[in-house]
Amino acid sequence: MKPRAKRRKVDLAWPDPKECSLLGTRVTRLDGPDKASGRAKYTYDVNRPKMLWAKFTTCPHGRAKVKSVDTSVAEKMAGVVVVDVVVGPGTELRYAYSEVAVVAAESEEIAREAARRVKVEYEVLEHNVVDDDVEKAGSSARKGRDQVSGNPDEAFASAAVVSETEVGCSILTHCCLEPHGSAVEVTEQDGKKSATAWCSTQNVSGVAGEFASALSIDASNVRVICQHMGGGFGSKFGADFWGARAAQIAAKTGRPVKAMLERDMELALAGSRPSAYAKMRVGVKDDGEIVAFEGDGWGSAGIRGGGPPRLPYLFSNVPNTRFKNTPIATNSSGARAWRAPDHPQMCLLTMAALSDAAAELGMDELDFFRKNLKFTDRAMTYAEELDVAAELIDWKKKWTPRGDQKDVLRRGLGLAMHTWGGGGHGSNVQCTLFPDGGVELRCGTQDLGVGSRTVLAIVAAETFGLPIEKVKVLIGENSYPQSGPSGGSTTVGGISSASRHACVQAANQLFEAVAGELGAKAGELAAKGGKVVAPNGKSMSFEDACRRLGAQPLVTMGQTQNSLMGSQVGGVQMAEVEVDVETGIVRVLKMVAVQDCGRVIDLLTAESQVRGALIMGVCGALYEERIMDPVTGTVLNADLEFYKLAGIADVGELVVHMMDTPDHVKRGVIGLGEPPVISPMAAISNAVANAIGARVKRCPMTPDRVLAALKA
Amino acid sequence: MGGPRRVEAASGLSRRSFLKGMGAGALAAGAIAPAEVLARSTAQQKGPKLLGPEPVAIKLQVNGKERALSLEPRVTLLDALRNHLDLTGAKKVCDRATCGSCTVLLDGKAVYSCTVLAIEAQGRKVETVEGLAESAAGKTSDKDGLARMQRCFVENDGQQCGFCTPGFVMACESFRRGHPKATREQVVAGLGGNLCRCGTYHGVTHAVLDAIGGGA
Repeated sequence: MKPRAKRRKVDLAWPDPKECSLLGTRVTRLDGPDKASGRAKYTYDVNRPKMLWAKFTTCPHGRAKVKSVDTSVAEKMAGVVVVDVVVGPGTELRYAYSEVAVVAAESEEIAREAARRVKVEYEVLEHNVVDDDVEKAGSSARKGRDQVSGNPDEAFASAAVVSETEVGCSILTHCCLEPHGSAVEVTEQDGKKSATAWCSTQNVSGVAGEFASALSIDASNVRVICQHMGGGFGSKFGADFWGARAAQIAAKTGRPVKAMLERDMELALAGSRPSAYAKMRVGVKDDGEIVAFEGDGWGSAGIRGGGPPRLPYLFSNVPNTRFKNTPIATNSSGARAWRAPDHPQMCLLTMAALSDAAAELGMDELDFFRKNLKFTDRAMTYAEELDVAAELIDWKKKWTPRGDQKDVLRRGLGLAMHTWGGGGHGSNVQCTLFPDGGVELRCGTQDLGVGSRTVLAIVAAETFGLPIEKVKVLIGENSYPQSGPSGGSTTVGGISSASRHACVQAANQLFEAVAGELGAKAGELAAKGGKVVAPNGKSMSFEDACRRLGAQPLVTMGQTQNSLMGSQVGGVQMAEVEVDVETGIVRVLKMVAVQDCGRVIDLLTAESQVRGALIMGVCGALYEERIMDPVTGTVLNADLEFYKLAGIADVGELVVHMMDTPDHVKRGVIGLGEPPVISPMAAISNAVANAIGARVKRCPMTPDRVLAALKA
Repeated sequence: MGGPRRVEAASGLSRRSFLKGMGAGALAAGAIAPAEVLARSTAQQKGPKLLGPEPVAIKLQVNGKERALSLEPRVTLLDALRNHLDLTGAKKVCDRATCGSCTVLLDGKAVYSCTVLAIEAQGRKVETVEGLAESAAGKTSDKDGLARMQRCFVENDGQQCGFCTPGFVMACESFRRGHPKATREQVVAGLGGNLCRCGTYHGVTHAVLDAIGGGA
């Protein structure tokens, strides 16, 4: 061990990657065995003694007024305990699947049947579920105003080539495999109510208030538990009305109540991503430099309107632009934050328009994007990433000009680029060192699939020089120190830096306690290989060192550290596809994702996160969309049969490259949930255009849409 | 979309075909539960007898143990396991035989337990994801008591949120037993009946290949 006389204590800074035995390596999930064995308990898995099941009666119309609600049949059914009408006659419901009544029964089957047997009469009202056509949407569309920068008219007039693009993407749903829901138990002691809420939420520390308000008690009396959750993707921040009903019925009956959404409610109600469509023009010089960009966008985020935010995305420094957005209000439940809100849509629109400009000019798309990086805010990073990605997909060898291919099976390449903020959230982590050397971390965070437990443990084990098995991690309860909601790629930055902060404080106190015995100054000690080591060669096992702390555990509290985190990342993705021009079927052959995210904590789960994002992007590019029935105004495919997700054979080869040069690493930890999910749809759309010589106007690029593009 | 999506219930009697068979006319006429159900549950009686709607006594062989239950005949095997035996490894996701999250083995064959009635699982061996680990427990040196397929899921990170994982593990285990020398192409063709939303297919594929490569 090299003596480090200058160091006065364990630095808060992340250790040098070369000195790390765990941090930045591939570490399997701490909770992997629980998940693979079925032992992991999700909210849906909570079974409590005497538990009731709650199910909902919902509106089957796009817009309707409740005329009457007859609960008599449901109430008389054996096993039905509660039938509550939530909205009375005269109430206007503005989208399908709006809640009308809730029932609670002894079994799931009885509850489901009783909810069906609540008879509701409606006065059906006019609705609009058209989100993709401004004219057909009529008064539901609010025409926007031009936002102009520079002088687009002059710039277009001076351009060597002006390309035109129409493209867009449908509304998607979050489609969490574990539906939204809660199980709630309310107890009363000395006239005071308190509740335990198992809730599938990405906001463990922040969701108690909603249950509390449903029960008219203080949030301090609500214990929230979410040990595992089956997906959230931005849709599970709140307890929602179903959580509130579970709490209210639990209070009323004195019995635990579980309210998990049925699959159709989950898809229709519990989260969607806005659609976005646009007609765009791009003006370019002979050499490929963009001189003007114009976009006329529309789309819907449900009942609140929507549409794409200002274009162009990423190439925001293009000098002459004009953009108009027409939000369309549709009678459907409001959109929720969906991984990288608005970014995948804006990315598709912009990258498609730029790709079409390159094709119009007869220029290789890769050269075109390189040429115009100066209009982005991270030109250096993208240049680096474009080179890596091009190499990984073998762009030079495989690329052919758009429309050159004449066979039935046509291959194409496409690319897209993205950016995301991702600074870590405010988080607290408590570290306890027990006198026998046991280490425990507590944090009120959650695990959406990120690997939160593993991230916390890696940091602690690295800091204390211990194997990861020695660290016990407790998360998923609001009684643990507050940690922010998991949204916007903020979790790993927040919890890793807070964990480091807590553990460094503990390590320094430990060193103080044993320095004398080891004949060294506290600042000279290091924790490595299960020992505390002095420069003079003396050492002590970690357990023995902890005994020197006395009979009581040592507790430290860490907070999010800005110095350990970064923000603002860029990524480049490329796709290779094969299109059958007779059937219109698109196959993704290969995708390459090159991503920077600063300092990686766990390479294994980081790569998984990126691959998962690519697959989610394949779904949006080729398969999934919410389909509304213009006649009834309800969702036609609120199931997994016709709401299509990619299967294991549909995703092609997925290559992930994390930018890990020293310049990237020194930026600190940056979250990774959103960035890689932004580009795939755009890259695949561009690859299809390259293959077939025409732009498929809408994602998902279903066979009929591909064939229509070929005919046009 | 690649690969077969549907794993038929081992009996060939899915809940869907059951419901289809019970069309409005049949219900009105007060007839007819499918022959197989009747054969299994009313073997001693003459003539058709309609079961339920009240609970009936049934016995299930789950993970090598006999479990006696009183269930309404409409209760699926999945709900019997989850809601009545607290075996919550198999997950309820689509509840319509599309996604595979509820996959268990029935007489060794992978089935969607959301689409098998508990009463038709009588007399057959039901193996759940919990049972896979239990049956491995005595025979493996795995530190978490996992069966090899489960360990391969952990090592290859074939899981993120983990909600599809138990179903995938069982589908993969069934596939492995039937295809001990499968290639990558066969693996992805054979596992089209399970869906994941987080996007763990890469890890799942490698888990299966790993499990096959490493022997049973």
